Parts: sequence; structure tokens; C-alpha cells
Amino acid sequence: MRLSDKEVLERLDGLDLPQSIKEALQAGLQGAGVSEKQLEEIIAQVAADYEHSRVEPCEAVGVVAAQSIGEPGTQMTMRTFHYAGVAEINVTLGLPRLIEIVDARKIPSTPTMTIRLNQDYAHDRDLAREVAWAIESSSILHLGSIATDLAEMNVIIELNPGAMEQRKITSTEVAERLKEETGLSVDQKENVLVMAPEESSYRELLQLVEKIKRISLKGVEGIKRVVIRKEGDEYVLYTEGSSLKKVMQFDGVDPTRIKTNNINEIGEVLGIEAARNAIINEATDTLREQGLSVDVRHIMLVADIMTVDGEVKQIGRHGVSGEKASVLARAAFEVTVNHILDAAIRGDVDDLKGVTENVIVGQPIRLGTGDVTLVASKR
Amino acid sequence: MSLFAAPSKEKVVRVTKFAVKDHEMVPEHVLLTPEEGDEVLKGFGIEAPKLPKIHVSDPAAREIGAKVGDIIKVLRRSTTAKQSIFYRLVID
Repeated sequence: MRLSDKEVLERLDGLDLPQSIKEALQAGLQGAGVSEKQLEEIIAQVAADYEHSRVEPCEAVGVVAAQSIGEPGTQMTMRTFHYAGVAEINVTLGLPRLIEIVDARKIPSTPTMTIRLNQDYAHDRDLAREVAWAIESSSILHLGSIATDLAEMNVIIELNPGAMEQRKITSTEVAERLKEETGLSVDQKENVLVMAPEESSYRELLQLVEKIKRISLKGVEGIKRVVIRKEGDEYVLYTEGSSLKKVMQFDGVDPTRIKTNNINEIGEVLGIEAARNAIINEATDTLREQGLSVDVRHIMLVADIMTVDGEVKQIGRHGVSGEKASVLARAAFEVTVNHILDAAIRGDVDDLKGVTENVIVGQPIRLGTGDVTLVASKR
Repeated sequence: MSLFAAPSKEKVVRVTKFAVKDHEMVPEHVLLTPEEGDEVLKGFGIEAPKLPKIHVSDPAAREIGAKVGDIIKVLRRSTTAKQSIFYRLVID
């Protein structure tokens, strides 16, 4: 008797196999009209193959992952900058970026965001540009010119009406912001603002100019530049600088698809699981961009170990390697003397369970066949 | 106390602040009941502190109202297995 597709589906659903294999099986069996016995045989064969493809117990997956990421790493460029990756925005790529990811740096050397827009905004260039201007941090230099009058000992700011209109800010608002930030009075005549330092000295005057230049008048602080690019049929914004939490709240921005290359920021705003995904995506993209392909399982292992404690932890002295239980394993990694000295003072004991410490003392490591001891079966 | 004030306020908050779980990078988090949690631990044959951790302050954990000591089931979208299940213990 042949089984219907529905019966096959029911049978597959209860199996202890990954979803992807179940779906592949289902697609293959669609309309094939197999009998109960044939299905049984197919499932048994697939299950056996799946079992065979799995990692053996006691396999040193960490070492395999390290080798698999490390070897392509040797072929990556050492060059940090220069690559105008996405539309004139500089992003760190290659080996320096990979190191940055596994070191879990608080702020990457070139933070950047990819902002996707809502349906209504994504296909309209003008609306996309409006969002870009609202997000981009505007300083006084974007809106006009700044000069010092040494005779009068004051700073003269001439605002450009065209630039102000483009960025949707008025001269009164500019004056207001300057007052707020400097705490000094601003003399406003149309589009000309005049400010004087508290003490009239050259030094104070020049310092005031520098201070005014740094003030963010509009937009999100830290977003130095926004570039619009058309991808497929939608407009996407790329930024220099990153501020996920603030940018998410802008009108027109699709908060569910916004991305940043700052993994720690993702961890704070979206949680540890999102940070894990970010590590996987960033590492895979960095390797792929260099034309290298590393199996995602190795990268997943790295991402898992970095996020296992609920926060993003670096692979290194202050993270994963520094938290190893074994004194000898830690001493073999970095700052040897400190670890041995501290262990001696505390009277630490090394159980010699790991690989490194057993290599150091010269006995078989407890991996693979080395991990098996005889166990008597209970009657 | 007005009956209508509280929910309407909540609604306003939700409109301006988006839900973390809607982001494409955030997998589904499910809060397990203590019984389900015990079942998971028994399945692995381990004690709760041996599970991977998640902070109570984690945005995704806060959204489902997790408390310290709870176990969260994470339904990850995996490129290899399509879906994989992961458990995290909520810690301080």
C-alpha cells in the first residue's frame, strides 16, 4: 500500500533529525508514492548517514575551528584602510577586522550602520534623502562659515540659507543650540550670528571657535556622514559612525532591519542572541569579501563561546583564554610568569584535564581514544 | 486611578519604542515554566548553572518578562539545520 503525502509528513515530523533534513526528505518524497516499508528504509538510511556525518564524541572541535579560521586568515590582506567598501565610506576589512571581531572591541575602528527604510520611504529618493539629512549630524561648517574678528574680539558666523533649508533648520534654532551648548549669549541678525567669549583673550576666542565647530546642531551625534545607495529597487542609507538606539526611532527607518558593525552595541540594544548572530554575520562577510570560504559551523562555535556567559567576551587574555580553569593552560597562552606566580601564591591545583596542560607535562591528551577508559558494565 | 490611563500609556510607549523581538537578527525567545525547565535539565543530565547564561537586563529577556533563575528557550534560525534550539539560564 502506498502512503499519501500527508501520512509521510506525519511520519517525518516525529523524527529526531534537523529541520533542514526533514524538509529535504519531504521535498524528495513529494508524490513519490512510497510504501510503508520503503519509507522505513529511506528514513533508516538517512538517519544512519546523518549520524555518520556528525562530529564524534571527544573530537577536538575547538582546535579544528581554530585551524579552519586561522589558515585562511594567513591569506588575508594586512592592509587596514583604503578600501572604499560601500559608496565612499571607509570600512576596516580583512585581517584587522577579523581580529577586531574576535577581540570584541568596545568600539570598532570604523563604526558604520546600514539603514533600511520603511516601505513608503524605501522607493522614493527624495524621502530617503530627507531621512539621511535628519540623521546626519550637522555642524556649523555644514551650514555656513565661521570667522573671528580680532578687533572686536568676537566670533562671526555667517549662515547659508540654502544649506539651512536643505537640512531643515532655521538660524534661530542654530542660535538656540549654540546658546545651550556654550552657555554664552548669541547676537542674532538675520543669518549672521555673533558670539563673544567670556574673557576677551586670543586664546579664549580661538578655543570658542573650536568648540563651536564641534557642536552637533542637528541630527544624531556621532553620525558623521550618511550616504544613499540604491540596492535592487530600494534606497539604503550607509553611515559613518554608529548609534543604533537613536537612529531606530527616526521616522522612515525600518527598525527591524537596521544593522551596525558594532557588535557590542547590538548586544546592548538587541540582546546576546542578536550579538551572536552579528558575530557570525560579520566574520563570514569579512572572510567572504576576501574570497575565502570557511564553514559556518566553525564561526558558530567561536560566536557561541564568545556569548555563552550572556555578554560578548573576547577570545583572549581578558576573555575565553583567561578564564580557563587550568593554570598551565593559561600560562601557556600569555603573561606566563604572572599566572604561575599568582597560582603559587593561592596554592592552585591543576587537574590536568585539558589538552595544553597534558602536552606540557608530557602525557597523552584526553581526547579521542585518549579519553576512553574501561568501564565495567553493571549487572 | 483611571482604568484607561495605564493601557493607553503602554500603547504610546510601544509605538515609539519598537519591540526587540521584531528585529531580524533576534531569534524567538520562549520563557519556560519551572516544570519545562526541569525537563530540559533532566534531558541533558545537568544542573541549571551549567547552562549558557543570559542577563536579566538583556533586552530580549526583559521583553518576555524573564526573572533570575528562569530558563529561556531560544529558537535559532540556523543556516545548517534550519532551526536549532538553545537554552539559556537567566542570571543577574
